[in-house]
This record gives sequence, structure tokens and C-alpha cells, in this order.
Amino acid sequence: MAAFEGASARWARRIIIGVPYVWLAAFFLTPFLIVLKLSLSDATRTKPPYQPQGPDFPADESGWGLLSLPWRLLEYLGSWLSGGWAFLAALDFENFVWLAEDSLYINAYANSLWIAGVSTVLTLLIGYPLALAMTRAPEKWRPVLMLLVILPFWTSFLIRVYAWIGILKPEGLLNLALMSLGLISEPLEIYNTPTAVYIGIVYSYLPFMVLPLYATLSKLDPALLEASADLGAKPLTSFWRITLPLSLPGILAGSFLVFIPATGEFVIPDLLGGKTLMIGKVLYSEFFNNLDWPLASAVAVLLLLLLVGPIVLFQRYGAKQEALG
Amino acid sequence: MNKQMGWFSWIALGLGFTFLYLPIFILVLYSFNDSKLVTVWGGWTLRWYGELFANDGLMNAARVTLIVAVIASTLATVLGTLAGFALARLGRFKGRTLFSGMILAPLVMPEVITGLSLLLTFVALSVDRGFLTLILAHATFSMCYVAVVVQSRLAGFDLSVEEAAMDLGAKPATVFFRITLPLILPAVVAGWLLSFTLSLDDLVIANFVSGPGSTTLPIKIWSQVRLGVSPEINALSTILIGLVALGAVAASYVQKRRGWGQEA
Repeated sequence: MAAFEGASARWARRIIIGVPYVWLAAFFLTPFLIVLKLSLSDATRTKPPYQPQGPDFPADESGWGLLSLPWRLLEYLGSWLSGGWAFLAALDFENFVWLAEDSLYINAYANSLWIAGVSTVLTLLIGYPLALAMTRAPEKWRPVLMLLVILPFWTSFLIRVYAWIGILKPEGLLNLALMSLGLISEPLEIYNTPTAVYIGIVYSYLPFMVLPLYATLSKLDPALLEASADLGAKPLTSFWRITLPLSLPGILAGSFLVFIPATGEFVIPDLLGGKTLMIGKVLYSEFFNNLDWPLASAVAVLLLLLLVGPIVLFQRYGAKQEALG
Repeated sequence: MNKQMGWFSWIALGLGFTFLYLPIFILVLYSFNDSKLVTVWGGWTLRWYGELFANDGLMNAARVTLIVAVIASTLATVLGTLAGFALARLGRFKGRTLFSGMILAPLVMPEVITGLSLLLTFVALSVDRGFLTLILAHATFSMCYVAVVVQSRLAGFDLSVEEAAMDLGAKPATVFFRITLPLILPAVVAGWLLSFTLSLDDLVIANFVSGPGSTTLPIKIWSQVRLGVSPEINALSTILIGLVALGAVAASYVQKRRGWGQEA
């Protein structure tokens, strides 16, 4: 801080904040406004396939091409804001009415939230013992164990989901193993069912749960557990009364890191879930198969509204324990 | 807590890591399987690797993916380092809450939303889909990861070294390049590697923003995988897993024993 209070440094400060700020405003914030605008437009058979509502995006008059982007985006934002109430009055909520009236969409949202919720709980149930055991492992093993948890997180998501196809298929390795052991006589039907989606989500997101849990658990003062044992508490009591409550920040961070992206998950239900209805898949097919861009945008806006609560909570409580930090 | 690990810890570690690694292990094993039927073991072979390198479509996609990943992760590292520095060292500034919100939200944002919104933006700007849009999209979500890694590295250092340099008359720019940058360099390198793998891995966003001439490897893999398991894809996956494992080991080596959950 002290380094940036000198008058000569004011410009450096502006650039350091300004460049990433403008970038994110342009490529993270503005895109949401554009989705919002499109969700209130009508689909057409033109190219691009919609009838725009609200202010048009300013054309490039300077001839600077892509370099003029930040300026045009600002101009665009301005025209939204100055349009004010007149613009709001002209909006068309037809797409949202459509979403509310068709049970397909409502079911897809509900199903996604349910699948993400159950998967989050399952991930926690598997991840917690693993994180706890890691903190109890000998000191010199811990960096290696950490690396072993991180490695799958760095490995392609797509490949890890794909790996399960060969295991879960009717003639896959799991069924072969179980049948040759005589445990089942008919192949289990897991592939292309919601069960496979649960397995896929738990497997893919497990590192996101374990890392923040490990971060909080490893900072737990062992003296607390010793004191509790000295006072006669059984290990299980100490766990319920001390370890679990103190690891709550890690539990929250991990759960948000799993729940929020899992709700909009596309790859896992697409590859493993068969007909399993999830909103990410609905959005994808509205966009790519039905070419209904405005409806796909409305699906995205509603999904975002559902997730705003968890995202704000994640930023407030989870981010400090963020696995990456 | 105790020096001795109980049976509970052994079981948790054993089952946990088996669950994490068995599917990957099976995938790698079957990439050496000399049988068209993916679940029948037919002896060892390297032929799928041979067919892989003879597959022009896949090789072309691999080239696109690598070019995009290198440029996007470099861009993301510059932007993310600035952002991480701003959050950790510049104290309060106007719009800081919005700024840190925009850094954290992409970490959990469902990919279909990010992909759709970026594509619609590019269409509104009438920028053609292709290399450029892929690079812009990947740089945007990767920079947030870089920012978080750099910020936490900076938060781990006290200001006294920088202040001492200032007291001795060093200009802010000198302080940054001579003191701060060397301190955060491990985080910057790790951020670049992380961005690189994120870009290499991205399917959903790439599906939205890539054009006909810029099909990436994940898109190619995905379209083949939807038709079922293939030994060629197993071989490709094995190569990618090997590369990523190397990268991750390298990154954790640079990070030494700091970062990645050791500080939060």
C-alpha cells in the first residue's frame, strides 16, 4: 500500500487496477447484460436468429477494429442506462412466461438443484474422511497427498468423465467384475441413468471439496483435541463437538465449490446421464439444436437468478477458505 | 493429531485415493490393450498411439488447442497478476467490491452460462468465431484463477521488505520488479500452468465460441466419445494425463511448500 501512495505512482496504480477491471467489465459483466437483453427478445429465422430489443450495439466507426472494443462496450452500457424506463416498458417477457408454463423447464431446474444438492452431500461424506485422514498422516507425506488430490483436478475433466463410461456400461468393467464374482447375475443398469450422473459429479468435484476441507482442518489446533481427551471426551464426542464445528468454513467453501457449478453441469449428464434432465443440457440444446437463442438466454438468466444466492454466500463466506488460496 | 495413524485414517486414505485413481488407471491400462473390444484384454500394444499420430483431424485439433492455450494463458497471467496485486496490495479503491466479485464469480459460474454469454457478446460485436474468440474467452476465465493464486501468495508476505526498499529510495516500479515480482514469481508460474491446463481442458465454453476452423481437442474428443469408448481416445487421454501430471509436479515444485491449500 505504502508503495502506491506517492504522486508519481498514481498512474501505475490506475493501470494496475484499470486494465484487469476493464477486461472483466468487457468480457464478464457486459456479456451478462447482453444475455439479459436477448432473453427479452423474440426468436426469428434470421441470422443471428433473434429480433433485438433495447439499444443496438454501437458499430465500429473509428476503424480501430477490436481495439475499439472497450470504448464501444462503455458506450453500449451507457445507452442501456440512459434508455431508462422507456426501454423497460418496451420489454417482452414472453420467454420467461414460456419457461414458467412448460413443466419441462421447471422439472429441469428442480432436477438440477436436487442432483447438485445430493451430489454435494455425497461429496462431503466422501471428502471429509479423506481430508481428515490427510491431516493425520505423517508430516512428510502431506505434500505428496496434497499433490495426489490436486492432480486429478488438473487432469482433463472430460477425460475423467469419459473414464467412467468404460466402467459403468452394461458390458463394462464394473458389471464384468461383479458378475464374475457371482454377486449379480444381470448387468446393473447404471450408465445413462441419474446414478451415473451422481457418480460422475462426486468423482469430478471431489478435489474441490477436499482442498478447502484440508486447508481448514490442518489449521485446527491439536491442543484442543488433547484438552478434550484429557477431560474425558471420547474421540467421537471430540469430533462432533470440536472438529466438525471448527471445520464449518471449509465445509461451506467446499460445498459451494461443488454445488454451484454442478447445478449447471453439462458434460456429465450429457456423457453419463442418458435422458437425465438437467438445465445445462436444456440450455445447450435450446441453443445448438433448436437455435432459439432468446429462449436459451432466458434459461441462463433464470439459472443465474437461482444461483445468485449461493454465489453471494460463496463470495462472503467461502472465498476466504477458497481451495486455491 | 497423534503421531500414530488409526485404522480409520488408513481406510479413508485407501478408499479415497482408490476412488480418485482407479478410473484413470484403468483408462491408461486399456490404452495399451490389443483388442478392438474395449473391455476384453487382448495383450499389450502401442498401435493405438500409432493410429493417433496418423489421425490428421486430431493432430490439427491438438495444434489449435496448444496455440490457444499458450497465448490465452500468457494473457491470463499478465491480467491475473495485475488483478491479484491490486487486490492484495492496493488497499481500498473505487469499485473494489465489484472487482473482487468479478474475480471470484467465474470460479463457480456454470460453464454453459459463461459460454453462452461470451458467444452472444462476440455476435453482438460482430467478431467472427475462431482463434481470437477462443483466446479472449479462455484468458477471461483463467485470469481469475491466476488472480486468486497471486493474491494469496502476496497475502503471505509482509510489507516490510517493500517498505524498506521504498525507505531506501527505490521507485515503486523498481520495488515491483526487483522485490515484489521475484517474491510472487512461483505463484505467477503456477498460475500460468494452471491457466494452460484449464484452456487445454475446456469443452463447453470452446463449443460456444470456437468456429469451423478452430475445433479444439476437447471438442474432437467429445464428439468421438459420445459414440462410445474408443482405444484411440484412451491413448490420447493417456498422453494428456501424462503431460498434465508432469505440469502439476513442476508447478508444485516451483510453489515448493507454499500455496495450494497450505495457506487459505
